[in-house]
Amino acid sequence: MTWIGDNLGLIWEQLREHLYLAIVPVILGLIIAVPLGYVATRYAWLANPLIAFGGVLYSLPSIALFIVIPAVLGTKVLSTVNIIVALTIYTVSLLIRNVIDGLRSVPPDVRQSAIAVGYGALHRVIAVDLPIAVPVIFTGLRVVTVANISMVSVGAVIGIGGLGELFTLGFQKDFLTPVVVGVVLSLALALIADLILVTLQRVLTPWARVATPVAEVA
Amino acid sequence: MWEYLTDSFNWSGNEGIWARIVEHLWYTFAALGLSVVIALPIGLRIGHTRRGAFLAINLGNAARALPSLGLLMIAVLLTDQIGFLPVLIALVALGIPPILASTYAGLSGVDAATIDAARGMGMTGREILTKVEIPIGLPLIISGIRSATLQIVSTATIAALVSLGGLGRYVVDGLKLRDFPQMFTGALLVALLAIALDALFALIGRITVSPGLKIG
Repeated sequence: MTWIGDNLGLIWEQLREHLYLAIVPVILGLIIAVPLGYVATRYAWLANPLIAFGGVLYSLPSIALFIVIPAVLGTKVLSTVNIIVALTIYTVSLLIRNVIDGLRSVPPDVRQSAIAVGYGALHRVIAVDLPIAVPVIFTGLRVVTVANISMVSVGAVIGIGGLGELFTLGFQKDFLTPVVVGVVLSLALALIADLILVTLQRVLTPWARVATPVAEVA
Repeated sequence: MWEYLTDSFNWSGNEGIWARIVEHLWYTFAALGLSVVIALPIGLRIGHTRRGAFLAINLGNAARALPSLGLLMIAVLLTDQIGFLPVLIALVALGIPPILASTYAGLSGVDAATIDAARGMGMTGREILTKVEIPIGLPLIISGIRSATLQIVSTATIAALVSLGGLGRYVVDGLKLRDFPQMFTGALLVALLAIALDALFALIGRITVSPGLKIG
């Protein structure tokens, strides 16, 4: 226990790095996946190949991606960019399916009503299509955020891993405390991030909170 | 990297690429087999009886947050030994939740009317499980085993950190020696192995799932 008190600075530092390495890719991934998903719903033949390709990318082991990316990008092996790019790839490859499914879940009559009352294409996507797709997109967002938070620590194998560095430290010193601290903080971070996303989804979809949905007219 | 891969010297022998692939597959299938043996009966039981559903659902979600590297280190430090046992424990711990969760999900997704019909035809509980629930839930059960496999195959790479063999050796040794071609070789082979195993399970799914389920 004294180890924790003596190393609060180190723990805090790794926690911050961990959060940064996990969250930036989620934001970048969302920024890439939404327009890509939109394009795939406009040109329907793109959707299935994109989803399949995403599935293959998502099946790549993270450690492999952390190492292959510098070879492709020409970055240094020990650069945080590698982790961020790798996790962004995971985020996009998982989210793309949810964005496409989400946008497809927009009922055609709703879309046509929006066009009829004069929404332009861009305005309609932002104000009508995306809000309706929020629940499906957020399902993927929650999965990928939690997965990213746990995956960052694998980066410790190549020397950049936020809380994962506490794992390698504990292993080298044959000392359990830092490892347990790292695992607990990583789990806590995932839990808090998930709660924030759930709250955000509730805020973004106020209509979903109506206790008894309006009965559908047959 | 190509020089490393195309040098036949690197492929043969006890520490050659073939031997490493075999080691990697051995860790993967040992851990996968054990995970299936533990998780499948529990998942089937929960799915059949609907008791403990809360556990099955939340275990699957919580497990995604578990950092695999931390789990491996804890296993090493708690068993106080380096080698196959702690790695196996860590890999099995990663393999169980996705199998358990999706086995439950597969069974619980079976239409209640279908089960009632089976019971009405005079099937016993065991018959309902083996002739109705498992075949209908099979796509999800296989997808659970598939995601467990991917988890295990990529985490088995980290096993090299605790002195085990497998393809992770190239990554860990390459990093120590600053021999990047060697690292890339390991990373690339692990990625290819993951893709190959994924394709294998897709194929198993295609062969074993009842044709009646594929129409819809």
